[in-house]
Amino acid sequence: MDPMEAIRQTYFQECDELLLAMEEGLIAMEDGEADGEVINAVFRAVHSIKGGGGAFGYEVLVGFAHVFETVLDHVRSGKLAPNGDVVKVLLRAGDVLSDHVTAARNGAGEVQDGDVKEELNALSGISPDGDDAAAAEMEGVVFTPIHVEIDDAPGPAPGTWRIRFAPHPGLYAKANEPFLLLRELGRLGSVEVRADLSGMPELAALDSDQAYLAWDIVLRGCNDRAKIDEVFEFVTDDCELDIREDVPLAALEIVTQTPSPAIQPADPTPAESPPTEKKTAGAPQAPAEAATKQTIRVDLDKVDRLVNLVGELVITQAMLTQRVMECGQARSSTIGAGLNELEHLLRELQESVMAIRTQPVKSVFQRMPRLVRELAAQTNKQVHLTLDGEATEVDKTVIERLGEPLTHMIRNAIDHGLETTEERLSAGKPAEGKVTLSAEHRGGRIVIEVTDDGRGIDRARVRAKAVEKGLISPSASLSDEETDNLIFLPGFSTANQVSNISGRGVGLDVVRRNIVDLGGRIVIGSVAGKGSRFSLTLPLTLAVLDGMVVAVGNQTFVLPLTHIIESLRPKESDIRPFGSNGRLLNVRGGYVPLVSVGDLLGVEDAAEDLAAGVVILVESEGVGRTAFAVDSIIGQRQVVIKSFESNFRHIEGIAAATILGDGRVALILDIDGLVARCREKSRSSEMQQAIGA
Amino acid sequence: MAKTILTVDDSRTMRDMLRLALSDAGHTVIQADDGIHGVEVLETAGLVDVIITDINMPRMDGYGFIEHVRRRSLNRMTPILVLTTESEPAKKRLARDAGATGWIVKPFNPDKLLAAIRRVSP
Repeated sequence: MDPMEAIRQTYFQECDELLLAMEEGLIAMEDGEADGEVINAVFRAVHSIKGGGGAFGYEVLVGFAHVFETVLDHVRSGKLAPNGDVVKVLLRAGDVLSDHVTAARNGAGEVQDGDVKEELNALSGISPDGDDAAAAEMEGVVFTPIHVEIDDAPGPAPGTWRIRFAPHPGLYAKANEPFLLLRELGRLGSVEVRADLSGMPELAALDSDQAYLAWDIVLRGCNDRAKIDEVFEFVTDDCELDIREDVPLAALEIVTQTPSPAIQPADPTPAESPPTEKKTAGAPQAPAEAATKQTIRVDLDKVDRLVNLVGELVITQAMLTQRVMECGQARSSTIGAGLNELEHLLRELQESVMAIRTQPVKSVFQRMPRLVRELAAQTNKQVHLTLDGEATEVDKTVIERLGEPLTHMIRNAIDHGLETTEERLSAGKPAEGKVTLSAEHRGGRIVIEVTDDGRGIDRARVRAKAVEKGLISPSASLSDEETDNLIFLPGFSTANQVSNISGRGVGLDVVRRNIVDLGGRIVIGSVAGKGSRFSLTLPLTLAVLDGMVVAVGNQTFVLPLTHIIESLRPKESDIRPFGSNGRLLNVRGGYVPLVSVGDLLGVEDAAEDLAAGVVILVESEGVGRTAFAVDSIIGQRQVVIKSFESNFRHIEGIAAATILGDGRVALILDIDGLVARCREKSRSSEMQQAIGA
Repeated sequence: MAKTILTVDDSRTMRDMLRLALSDAGHTVIQADDGIHGVEVLETAGLVDVIITDINMPRMDGYGFIEHVRRRSLNRMTPILVLTTESEPAKKRLARDAGATGWIVKPFNPDKLLAAIRRVSP
C-alpha cells in the first residue's frame, strides 16, 4: 500500500479514538465534572484532528476544527466559562466535527454545520465574516504580508546583501549553531564571511557561556529577502541581525528601513501566555493516569491464530492427561503433578490470550450520548442518559455487533418508553426522563441493561395486539413476563404509526435474532408507570463455550449451559403421550414437550426408555421450555468452539463442534434450531396422519 | 548525513508522517508518545542528533519536555524543533523560552522539514 494511504488510514483510526476521548470529556463537562486536565484532553483531541487533517488537505474539516479549537482554548484559559449553554454548543460542535471526519473519510458529502459554526464564532468572539477560518489564521501570521510585498518588488539586478550577525548567549543555549546558518546562506548565493573577533576577551577572562563572536557577511546572487529571513528565522530573538541590500544610493533610504520586522515575533497575546505557562509548570508533576497505557496494534488475524493454537493446545493437553491416566498413572505421580501444572498454566495462557481480544464496551457506549441528544430533539422530550460500567471488557466481535441492538433499544426506550414532558409532569414525575445504560460481568457473562423510567409496557395493549396479529390465541394464559416478551415476536409492533425513530424497518425481533446469534439472550422487565428494563446477556467470548457434555448412545453432545434451566431424572409416571407420537413431561405440575435427542438426531443405539435416562430442561427463544431426554450426563466443561460451517457445512440444529479430551469430535447443539426442527417434525407427522398417510 | 532523530508526538498520524519523511531521507527515527515517554526514551537512547517534539501532549507537554531536556540531560545541547499548527508568535516564543532551537509549522512537506533540520544540525 502507498505509505501515505496507510498513514491516512491511521489518521482516521486515530480520529475515531480522539472523537471518543473528546465526547467523553465533553460529557464530563456537561455533568460539571471537568477539571483542567479533561478540558485539555478535549482541546488536544480537536487539535490533533485538525493537525492531521491539515496534512491531508481536508480544508473544510480543518476550518471547522479551528473554530472549535479556538473556543476550547478560551475555555481552558478561563476566558470562557463552560456553563450549560456553552457545553451544549460544544457537544453539538463535537457531533459536527465527527460528521466532518466521516465526510473526509468517505471523500464526499456535505456537512451541515452552518449554525453551530456561527455559535462557535460567537463564543470565540470571531466575527462571522471571518468564516474562512484558515484565512483568519493566516491573518495572524506576521510575516505573510511582508513576504508578498518583497516578492512583488522587482529585483532589477542579482541582489547583493550585507549582513551583520552577532549572536547573543541565548542562541547557543538553545543549541543553535552559527556555522550552520552561514552554511545555509551559502546555498542562496556566493558568500564572503568575515569573523569579527573584536569582542574576544583575554583567555583568562573567557566565559564559555558568553557569546563573543560576530560575523559580517556579503551575500551575492540572492533576489529573495524572504529566503534570507528564513535562514535566520529561528534565531532572530537571540542575536543582533542587520540585513541590508547593497543598492544604488537613490534607493537606499527605502530599503534600509527594514531591519527585518518580518520575522520579529509580535508580543504574545497577554491573555494567553500566563495560563499556558502555569500549565507548563504543572504538567510534569501531574500523574494523570488518562489514557497513557502503552499499546501496540496487532492484526486481528494474528490474535485469532493465537487463540486457535491455544485452543488446540488445551485439547492436546486434555488428551494427554486422559492417556496418561489410562496408563494407570496416579494423579499424585510425578508425571501427574507435571500434567496438573501444565493444565494450570494452559488455563492461564488461554485466559490471557482471550483477554487480548477483549475491549471495554466504552467504544459502543460512547456512541449513545449523541444518539440520545438527537432523539431527544426529534421527540421533543427531555432525556438524561447515564452510562455505567463502561470499562467492562468483552470480546471484540461481540462489541462490534453490539452497536445496532443497543441503538435500537435506546431508540425504543426514548420513543416508546418515555412519556412526553406534559405526561410526565401530570403523572408527578420529573420532566426529565432518565435512561440508563449499564454493563457488568455476571457469572462469566456480560449483562448489558437499558433502563428507562417511562410508562412501562402496557400489557393489555400488547396482548390485544398479539391476538389481533394472530401471534397468540385469545384464550392463551400468559404471565406478565411472557406478555412483555411478546414484543420480541416477529411481526409485532405496538406503535400505531411507524414513527421515523423506532420504526426503521428493524423490529425488536431482529434485535433479538442478532443477540441470539451471538449466543446471548434478551429479556424485558417492566412495571406499569415506573419504567422498563431490557437486559442483554452475552458470552464474554465467542471462542469458548460453557457446555454440558451429555451422552446419547455412542455419541457425545454438548449443550450450551446458557440455555439449560435444570436437569432431572424423570419418573415413568411423569411421561405422558401426546398427539400421535409426541410426549409431555410433568414438571412439578406443569407440562413441557419431551423430546428424545437420540430420536431427533437419528442416533442408532440411543436408549429407548426415556425414564431410564436424564432429562435436561432447556429454554429456547420464543417457544418456552422443552425437555431433552439424553442417556446420561458426562460433565460440565469449557469447550473450544470449532466452526462447523467453515470446516464442513451448516446443519440445522448443530451450532458448532468441539474436540473432547479423548480426541473425539462432539457436536455442540443449537437448542433453538433443534426445538424448531422438532416442532416442524411433529407438525408434518400430524399432517401425514390427517391425510391418512 | 544520516542522523538519529527522536520524534515526540501523541498523534500516531503525525509520528507516522514524520517517520516516513525522515526515513526516506535516510535518517534513523526513534519515537515517543508524549513528553514523559520522550524523557524515558532518551534515557535509553543516549545522545541523538535532533529532537522533534509536539507541543500539546498529555502527561508532559512540549514545553515541559524541552525544559527537562535542556536542564539536565545528555541531550541538553541537542537541537530541538517544535511542531506547531499555529503560526502565532506566542507559541513559538513560549517554545523558545523553554529552550527550543526552532520550529516546524504543520502541515509541513518533507522539504520544509528537512530544511529545518539542516538549519539546526550539521
